[in-house]
Amino acid sequence: MAGVVPSFVASPSSTAEVSALLRAAAQAGLAVVPRGAGTGFSWGAPPSRCDLVVDLRSLDQVLEHAAGDLVARVQAGVTIGQLAVALGSAGQELALDAPAGATVGGVVATGTAGPRRFRYGAPRDLLIGITVVRADGVVAHAGGKVVKNVAGYDLGKLFAGSQGTLGVITEVTFRLHPLPAAVAWVTAEFGPAERAGAVAAAAAAASSPLVPSAVELDWPGGSQRPLRVGVLLEGTGPGVAERAKRMSELLAAPGGAVSVSDTAPARWGVLPDSATVVRVSFWVSALGPVLDAVAGAGADAGVRPAVSGPAGAGALYACLDQGTPDADALRFVTALRERAAGALGSAGPRGGVAVLAASPAVLTAGSDGAVPGLALMRAVKDQFDPDHRMFPGRGASPGGRPPQTPPRHSGGD
Amino acid sequence: MGIEALVPRMRDICGAGNVITDPLELRTYECDGLTSHRCVPALVVLPGSASEVAAVVAECARAGVPFVARGSGTGLSGGALPHESGVLIVMSRMRSIIEIDPVSRRAVVEPGVTNLAVSKAAAPFGLFYAPDPSSQVVCSIGGNVAENSGGAHCLKNGFTVHHVTGLEIVTPSGELTWLGDGTGVTAGYDLLGAFTGSEGTLGIVTKIVVKLMPVPEVVHLLLVAYDSTAEGGRAVSDIIAAGIVPAAIEMMDALSIQAAEEAVHCNYPAGAGAVLLVELDGPAAEVESELSTVRALCEAAGATEIRAADDPAERAAIWAGRKSAFAAVGRISPAYIVQDGVVPRTSLGAVLAQIASLSAEAGIRVANVFHAGDGNLHPLVLYDDKVPGQAETAEEVSGAILDACLEHGGSITGEHGVGVDKSRYMPKMFGADDLDTMQLVRCAFDPASLCNPGKVFPTPRLCGEVPGRRRAPHPAVVAGQAEIFLYGYRTDLGPRRPPGARRRLPGAGRGFSF
Repeated sequence: MAGVVPSFVASPSSTAEVSALLRAAAQAGLAVVPRGAGTGFSWGAPPSRCDLVVDLRSLDQVLEHAAGDLVARVQAGVTIGQLAVALGSAGQELALDAPAGATVGGVVATGTAGPRRFRYGAPRDLLIGITVVRADGVVAHAGGKVVKNVAGYDLGKLFAGSQGTLGVITEVTFRLHPLPAAVAWVTAEFGPAERAGAVAAAAAAASSPLVPSAVELDWPGGSQRPLRVGVLLEGTGPGVAERAKRMSELLAAPGGAVSVSDTAPARWGVLPDSATVVRVSFWVSALGPVLDAVAGAGADAGVRPAVSGPAGAGALYACLDQGTPDADALRFVTALRERAAGALGSAGPRGGVAVLAASPAVLTAGSDGAVPGLALMRAVKDQFDPDHRMFPGRGASPGGRPPQTPPRHSGGD
Repeated sequence: MGIEALVPRMRDICGAGNVITDPLELRTYECDGLTSHRCVPALVVLPGSASEVAAVVAECARAGVPFVARGSGTGLSGGALPHESGVLIVMSRMRSIIEIDPVSRRAVVEPGVTNLAVSKAAAPFGLFYAPDPSSQVVCSIGGNVAENSGGAHCLKNGFTVHHVTGLEIVTPSGELTWLGDGTGVTAGYDLLGAFTGSEGTLGIVTKIVVKLMPVPEVVHLLLVAYDSTAEGGRAVSDIIAAGIVPAAIEMMDALSIQAAEEAVHCNYPAGAGAVLLVELDGPAAEVESELSTVRALCEAAGATEIRAADDPAERAAIWAGRKSAFAAVGRISPAYIVQDGVVPRTSLGAVLAQIASLSAEAGIRVANVFHAGDGNLHPLVLYDDKVPGQAETAEEVSGAILDACLEHGGSITGEHGVGVDKSRYMPKMFGADDLDTMQLVRCAFDPASLCNPGKVFPTPRLCGEVPGRRRAPHPAVVAGQAEIFLYGYRTDLGPRRPPGARRRLPGAGRGFSF
């Protein structure tokens, strides 16, 4: 566990077993770290203490797929790939772009969402029911297996993205979507001097009534490289063809070199192999200033960040090359915070900068800023885990981490 | 301190004209849309700004006086029912649309703004606000956030929680804070998500950042008549099985059609046993191809008549029948209960049959209006309050309908909320541990239990109860030296408790932050 050696590793295969484990851990005062397939484990802070690892991969059953209701109830250790196979036979899917090898529990706990968060949102938006085991071993349910339900507090929202710090997720119920009959990617390339054109194209795509499923920006390796705006369209065969034509016109208007394909473009939904990942969230009207801020911070620190992500949904990830010295990474983070503060404006919350992955030294020293509602978050943590034994050292979600493998077109298919 | 002592302070904060103490005036606030529950508040205040709300709540917290927030008062579960010895905080003066950013597709609004006003303000930019509860002309966005309101079109577009990206709230201790960073990308716990739909029990919303969506290019509405709801239900199943997610699928049975006809002369097909409204929206090319599929499926399921409406006036005329349904049954019955239950969509037929037999056994008529696409039933249980015992019988039928929903794996409320009306049903849907765990959130936000008390949960959790073992806090935390760094956020571990909080000591270990 990132350099921390646990005393025990347990592989429960039911919610009841997880409950028994957590009761025992509570009695013994053990620090507990829940774990899925480990695909997202290196993100965020490592545990500061770890006595017991609860490995959830044996909770691997798809409990119910109510195809007529577009709902599936699954155990936390089921992988995204396994679920895709089970749902695909009925022409349905979980509309999240997550790595095929990741577990659904891990995806929910980390809030993983890829390009299609533009249309379908993050795991919290697709989760309609949840079973969790609290730090004291008590089993609790919230939500249900109907899409529309406002009975009781929505604990699913609270646990989605909680990174194992509030308890252990053992079962989740998702709303599903029909697999689209046809898909098309419309991409537009812009030269390094045409940054404004790319910004205009991304904004136009995001607010068009052509209902894109994703509006991505890809700007690899620094300000002297071209930018790519990529738009995913899903729907019926004739519908997608017509929309792709019109989307092409929209992206060409600000000067993009447009192409249409039925396969994903290179690097779609995949971040470069990088030890330092910084997320900027923003209102789309600030996209231009945000790109300027990232480029400026790169120049300040002498690094060339690769920038990509769901720009149309108001998020981008800046990744530094492997082997970037900590001092440079830290300079970049510090400069980006300063420059982003100006880019995002100050009239109420309009985004922020979060270091999602970095070396411990950069995570520690590069920290700044404030999360809205922090005092209440602490109060929630104190209620659910008064002894702070659940994933000590970690507090919150990195949120919409893009997948490390291409969405949907790999793994489970 | 009694409530009388609060009056001068409230006048200082809100202005004398915005503090109501006159008993007659107070009575006008005795209920919300659920008129079967009434309670005159001890005091009503109408703050005009977020800082005034914060000051009002801080005074209540200091005095230990309960408070309840109220928007437009259209709620159907008594969520805004006043507290007899508490302050009712009416948000209707805070009704400005602060900003619309069309490029970002975001609006910032105050809580008293009506749902429809947001869409109207966004219309010049080709945008709209998607959640559309039937009461959208009058209901407030703040109330929508409290109830996580849906509407006919949430089948495709989702609920309020899917369309809110930032909330400025006043916490139950009277502090102003934001939840969410305004973009929809979460940092830390998703308190924005947990707060939305908490029925006013976790704090009071003072500003809301909402998502706006591009107005669909085309909208087609089909009105399809069937001899029975069973046939209509088959059409719904076939549409979903074909991989089509319409914007809305609504159904009305014979009795509700009759009521709507008498009320608004909507001219639905005469003698129909059920009508289905299917609305498709989106890019023209997609909708045309879906429309022909839906028509074919509706015919195959036994449609006796299909009408299509694609211009706004025709659509509005058809929707008028559906939207009038609740009020319309007032014309065919002296009194009625509006029920709100949910079943898995595939169980609709079975539950409707159960409702029919419950109705027949009790001799109580039930008109069914429902969001067929998502299994959300709104049975209208009709009775005559002048006939002794009939109100009680109607109440029993209404409760038995919820039992039927739960038997089929459904929910006791799809959009009206629990409020005071359904808290007694919560233990039927959730176990004691589930309710206890939900109330941990309540204890985190409102340890003194002053914020809209008595709603949602049948039995309040005493926030002083501590499950599990207690251990001493980490010395560094006690000394205020610990600083934890996570995900790029640094914070000092200052005092963790809001003043006056009754909850336990800070937890042990290495501290916690984001």
